[in-house]
Parts: sequence; C-alpha cells; structure tokens
Amino acid sequence: MHGLINRSIQSFTCHTYGHARWLAVTEAAGLNFSEFEAMLIYDEDLSRGVLTALSVELERDVTDVLEDLGTFLVSNPNVESLRRLLRFGGVNYTEFLHSLDDLPDRARLAVSDLNLPALELREHAAGHFSLTCQAGLQGFGSVMLGVLRAMADDYGALVVLAHYGGSNGTEVIDITLIESAWTEGRSFDLGTRIE
Amino acid sequence: MIGLDDLGQMLDQLCPMSVVLDNTGHIRHTGSTLQKLRPDQILTGQRFLELVELSRPRAIGNMQELLARPASTLHLQFRDEPRTAFKGVLAPLPTGQGAVINLSFGISVLDAVRDYDLTSADFPASDLTIELLYLVEAKSAAMEASRKLNQRLQGAKIAAEEQAFTDTLTGLKNRRAMDHILARLIGAGTPFSLMHLDLDFFKSINDTMGHAAGDHVLQEAARIMVAQIRERDTAARVGGDEFVLIFDGLCDEIRLGQIAERLIGELEKPILFGGQPCRISASIGTVLAVGPTVLNAAQLLHDADLALYSAKRAGRSCHRFFRNGMDGPTFSEKHVSDEIADVA
Repeated sequence: MHGLINRSIQSFTCHTYGHARWLAVTEAAGLNFSEFEAMLIYDEDLSRGVLTALSVELERDVTDVLEDLGTFLVSNPNVESLRRLLRFGGVNYTEFLHSLDDLPDRARLAVSDLNLPALELREHAAGHFSLTCQAGLQGFGSVMLGVLRAMADDYGALVVLAHYGGSNGTEVIDITLIESAWTEGRSFDLGTRIE
Repeated sequence: MIGLDDLGQMLDQLCPMSVVLDNTGHIRHTGSTLQKLRPDQILTGQRFLELVELSRPRAIGNMQELLARPASTLHLQFRDEPRTAFKGVLAPLPTGQGAVINLSFGISVLDAVRDYDLTSADFPASDLTIELLYLVEAKSAAMEASRKLNQRLQGAKIAAEEQAFTDTLTGLKNRRAMDHILARLIGAGTPFSLMHLDLDFFKSINDTMGHAAGDHVLQEAARIMVAQIRERDTAARVGGDEFVLIFDGLCDEIRLGQIAERLIGELEKPILFGGQPCRISASIGTVLAVGPTVLNAAQLLHDADLALYSAKRAGRSCHRFFRNGMDGPTFSEKHVSDEIADVA
C-alpha cells in the first residue's frame, strides 16, 4: 500500500491520540519500525495489521476509526494541502461532489503510483446523490464518508450522509444536500502559497 | 453580421481575457477577467498599445502594423504596475472592423492569481488554469514529501558511514576500526606487532593513468595484503595509500621480516589495468608491542611512523623495525611537508 496512506494513518494517530499510542500500535502490529515514509510502497498486510492493531488499541470499530481519519485529513491544519487540493474540485459542494469522479485521476496526476479505487457520483434527484466506491481498497468508503463530512463543513453546506456496504466489496454513500450555504464555510484562495 | 454587443457577450463567456479593438486600436470591449486586473480604470475606450507594451514582435507602433501580423504570438505586458506579462493571439475582424486579441497569463499565472485575487469563476471551464494550479500545488506537496524522505535518508547514510568500520573502496578495515582493535589489544595486554605500510610510486599512477587506475591498484594491493596475513590479523586502510597491518600475538622479528619482504615482493609485481602494467612498491615500518612498558596507541603509531620514515630514507621498497633512538620527522610529518613543497 502506498506510503502516503500509511503515513496518513500514522499522522492521524499521533495527532489525535499521541505518539505513545502510535508506538503501542506499531508494536502490536509487529512492525519493526515506527515511521512510515510517505513516498515508499509498503506491503498490503502491513497496513491491514496496523489498522487492526489501531482498532484494538482504541477499542473502536475499524470503520469508525477510518471515518475519523477521513475527517482528520481534511480538517486538520497540519495537512492543509489535501483540503486545498480537494477545494480545487469546485466552487460549491455540489460541484465538489461531481469532481469526485475525477479524484483517482487527480491523485495519479500528483503521485503517479497512488492508485485509489474508482468513484462514481450519481444524482438521483435535486440535492440527492449517491457515491459508489469501487472495490480495491477496503475501508476507502469509510474514509470518504469522513472526507465528505469535513468538506461539507469546509464549504459551509448542510448534508446528511449514510454509508452502506455494497456487493463485491463496493461501498455506497448516500448524500442528501439540505442546504448548500448553511454557514459561511472556510475561505479558499486559489493563489495561496503553501509554505 | 454579429454586432459588437453580441460579440462582447460571447467573448465574456468564452474568452474573458480578451479585448475587441477597433480600426484605430482603441478598445471597444474588455473581457470581464481582464477588466478585473485594473479595477480602478475603465479599459474600454483606451488605446490598447498605450495600455500594454509589446515585447515581441518588437517595433510595432500602431494598429495597422499589429493587424499586419495576424496569427503570430504576441508577448506583451501592462505599462503600469503590476507589470503582469501576457501571451496573446490576434484575429482580425472582417472588413476592416478591427480585431480580437485573446490574452493568457502564460507562465506568470501563479503570480497573477495571487496578485489579483482571481477565483475559478474568472476562468472559463474549458480553460486549464485551475488544473494547472491544482497540479502545481499537488506536485509541490509531493515534492516536499520526497525532499523530506531524501533528507532523512541522507541523515541515515551519514550516520551509517560514521558508524562504519569498513573502507568502502578496498573492503579493508578503516581507521576507526583500527583504533578500536588497537584499544582492545592494548587493553587485553596481549603481545602484537604493527606494520605501517606506504605504497611507493602510487602518486605517479594516479597522476599519469588516472584515478580509476589508482583505485584499481589500491584494491589489488588490499587483496595482496589480505592474502599475506592470518585470519586473526587486521589490515586497515588508514589514508590514501597508507595501510596498517596488525599481527595479533606475533612478535617474532624473523617471521615479521619475512612477511614484510613477501608483501613488498608481491606488491612489486605489475598490476594490470586496462592492459597497462602499473608498477608500485611499498615501504614498511614495524613496531612490536611487547614487554613490560604499558603502551598507548598513539605512541605505537608514532613509532611505526618513525620506522617507516627510516625505511623510506633507505631507498624505496625497504622494511625497518622501530629501534629506540630513532628520531627525526615521522613519515607522516615528512609526507605532509613534501606535499606542501609539491604545491609550492
């Protein structure tokens, strides 16, 4: 699994629960190291082991932990760059949702060996969408659930989200957009330089 | 024929960075994004070439000359601050009604977006500017992650090198390792002897045949030394062409003398590099670490150094044991002063 994903799990755990608990997780998972490198590729089983150990350590379901990870990735000021990259998707939440179809391609454009499962947005009625995450990265749907929730806050939109497991490893997220300008949201300036 | 108003409306949607010029070179319509760059002025009505300056093609002073160069790429910039640069293309309007010039920020887009607070609404959906900005940010973030990885790897490499005991070129022990071994032997009080070996004529190989030949000679010399010592002995490369051999438990001058002669003999055999023979030899100074006196490593190395200098002075390809009363410069001191003399 790509180091960026492993590194995200590490940075989420360290920032939210502290370095000591991260060390406990890596030990429980039988890792011989405690620092993932963002630009290296790791064995799939390694990442699975870390997630399982994390779920045990926190005494929470893996899906809940992954949803929090998704929220963290967008809302934590330390990982501002991802939030900005997602905001490039559109000027409002609806446009952002439509841009998710391109997300795996956009990710590959930035990091050529980062393969994310295909995403497909369907609009069933005005303000009612479903996002299908294809199989390939178990738990990706849960992460996306957290991302969608946090991005709604970012755009100032009021949404109701529901997560269903689909067939053959696909996952489906139901999205109901109640109000697209519920709050002011966070500002987004195209030209800000990341230091 | 399409009227100016309709044309302007169309251009606002398709090319919001465009201007429509009349036959006299005055701006008749300004695209909405372009107007946003100069909020304090009304651009429509101004003479285009008074607003911007052409850097390529040069020597264009009026509208007629501009109209005579359709389809060429225009490079221009605002005459007032901020002097944002643009690329542009000109398409003449039919029957002498003027021309449309579409502008783009080109490579200055990053600065422009920041300087003028532009948003994605200022660019038409078919324009790749937003994708370009996305890509710049994404690549910068990925590059930053890579840079951090490289820094960490570099740090780890330096740390590993500092901890290493092996000379990477020859595979022999390095000076750090030799210091450890000497300290261990002295601490244990076991008798041993130490040879300081310096290759003769090595510098001229390096100078005349190149560093690759020099490296090859050092590797071959190292192989010869390893072949002449026992398992429990140590061969270390301690300088460019300087080596130290430590013989654990061996203090027999006759045997050491034989070993030194054999080493010199083997090293004098020509070493082939690229079909060319490289001829070197060696001078050796030996010191025995035996007897009641408590020794220290620095003294031992100093004594071996004196013996080596004595060997060098006796002509090349010699071996000398350290004897009490040997003095004068050590080989290392002489070596340094020779190098200084060479440079001078």
